[in-house]
Amino acid sequence: MANKLLEVKNLKQYFGPANNPIKAVDGISFEIYEGETLGLVGESGCGKSTTGRSIIRLYDITDGEILFKGKNVLDTKSRKEMKEFNREMQMIFQDPYASLNPRMTAGEIISEGFNIHGLYKNKQERQARVAELLEAVGLNREHANRYAHEFSGGQRQRIGIARALSLDPSFIIADEPISALDVSIQAQVVNLLKQLQKERNLTYLFIAHDLSMVKYISDRIAVMYRGKIVELGEANEIYHHPIHPYTKSLLSAVPLPDPMTERMRERIPYTHEEPGETATIHEVKPGHLVFGTQQQINKWK
Amino acid sequence: MSKKLLEVNNLKINFKTYAGIVQAVRGVSFELYEGETLAIVGESGSGKSVTSNAIMKLIPEPPGIYADGQILFEGRDLIPLKEKEMSKIRGNDISMIFQDPMTALNPTMRVGKQITEVILKHKKVTSTEAKARALKLLELVGIPMPEKRFRQYPHEFSGGMRQRVVIAIALAADPKLLIADEPTTALDVTIQAQILELMKDIQKKSNTSIVFITHDLGVVANVADRVAVMYAGQIVEYGTVNDIFYNPKHPYTWGLLGSMPDLKNNVKEALRTIPGSPPDLTNPPKGDAFAPRNEYAMAIDYEVEPPMFQVSETHFAKTWLLHPDAPKVDVPEAISRRIEGYLKEARS
Repeated sequence: MANKLLEVKNLKQYFGPANNPIKAVDGISFEIYEGETLGLVGESGCGKSTTGRSIIRLYDITDGEILFKGKNVLDTKSRKEMKEFNREMQMIFQDPYASLNPRMTAGEIISEGFNIHGLYKNKQERQARVAELLEAVGLNREHANRYAHEFSGGQRQRIGIARALSLDPSFIIADEPISALDVSIQAQVVNLLKQLQKERNLTYLFIAHDLSMVKYISDRIAVMYRGKIVELGEANEIYHHPIHPYTKSLLSAVPLPDPMTERMRERIPYTHEEPGETATIHEVKPGHLVFGTQQQINKWK
Repeated sequence: MSKKLLEVNNLKINFKTYAGIVQAVRGVSFELYEGETLAIVGESGSGKSVTSNAIMKLIPEPPGIYADGQILFEGRDLIPLKEKEMSKIRGNDISMIFQDPMTALNPTMRVGKQITEVILKHKKVTSTEAKARALKLLELVGIPMPEKRFRQYPHEFSGGMRQRVVIAIALAADPKLLIADEPTTALDVTIQAQILELMKDIQKKSNTSIVFITHDLGVVANVADRVAVMYAGQIVEYGTVNDIFYNPKHPYTWGLLGSMPDLKNNVKEALRTIPGSPPDLTNPPKGDAFAPRNEYAMAIDYEVEPPMFQVSETHFAKTWLLHPDAPKVDVPEAISRRIEGYLKEARS
């Protein structure tokens, strides 16, 4: 088995007043192995984006541990260590319009990290590196001098990807990277992400609400609901043999491009069940985890 | 066969901009029968929303220009109608559900008032009768405790519930035609499934015709009776939902289908993408607008625009590949394999 790259233990992220907090992420644990893609799905407000943002330290977490390559990322105190960590972990954002500075050229956006980390000080080296990155994401070197508004949505997302790759990270958090794009452009970006993963041995946390793309791109899937991971397992296992009623409900709602199936589709509604005090994570099959009480799990099976 | 409700003939809509005249819709024709759903699919900029707004006469003039064509609603052309006449039809015979339920409602007005407003405008009823009807509508669209909800403001509703309110408003005057412009795009999948069910249910009860605009082929497969695929301001393929999904003929439709992962047959190979991006419609390319992105393009594609070729009684496609003299090109293997998988499952 591959090495554990990231380990999240009992992560909690609360917002608002301490006596009555909003529990955006409420005690989740998972691991991501080197070279794999973990898909994190759930509906709006379930805490999936917050999870990504907490891992990359955009928020100060309320409780829990995040181990990256075996080291607790919250312990890294010195500036130097922080920088090291930041180089390893990068993020691709959802909105390709809002996530690029309109006053910077594509080249400046991609090379901004070099200033911060003191890399490629020589101008020629820097240009060569920017050109290489642009070509890696399917743009060309002439694009370096253009501003964000001169690009289409798909091209902007490619710039966002080039920026994320600029410091040679090993781990990328992609927060809904394709949901703002057209279908045919989504496919281009997904293919690009897969190809880059193969070439550069990248590990992805792929956050999305679109189950069909997540199923396609992920090795394993975690389903989030109300701040908790309710089910986690191999993509095929989750898709074909879901156990938690929420997962079943979510899967039953995804429309497929097949009219005959669609005519027979029966949606499984989900009525919220309190997980109960004794609810824990159960391994129902090797690698397939479900959150609930023993009683509930027996019932769901 | 049921009655023809709407007929759009050779509709052309331009927009004047500083950069020149954008030909957003370039000769669109389709028809819609009573009680059926026509889905218009396409990517951003394909002209699908402009087409639907045109039916409602919601294109601002200027910069918009109805350059050519007819929109026959129950045999009457809507294009020459004055705003005053149109406002009698709009919301009454034809109504619209918008994409974003967050902005489609007036935030400073109670939800109940927003519904009764429409009823009072179009029906000869007293305000008590209007309220009774509004409560019934809220119940019809599946909003619990309508009495209480009637007095609330939009911010007190969740996204899915707001979209239900928008649908209730659209249904307030018993329209014959409902235009739904991406009504579920802003919603979560489970809510989307509920809204689609609701729309189909209402259609069954009141025999409403629906024009459903979307870019999601899964949603199309779920709601549509017939489908029009739009590209660069034109309909490139037109047929029943089975024609389009099981016997697609246009390379653009192949591209759209190939862009979606094949989950049922569990294929993990790279997605088939459409290279490049759509053309600039201020200066649409000569010949077939899809040619530069079409791997099967022939010399003629760059010279002459293809006509609509008839594939079957219900099925049409605008591609030179269907010309008898064209070389025989089959559906790409990845797509034919997928379709076979679907059909095999349906038989078993």
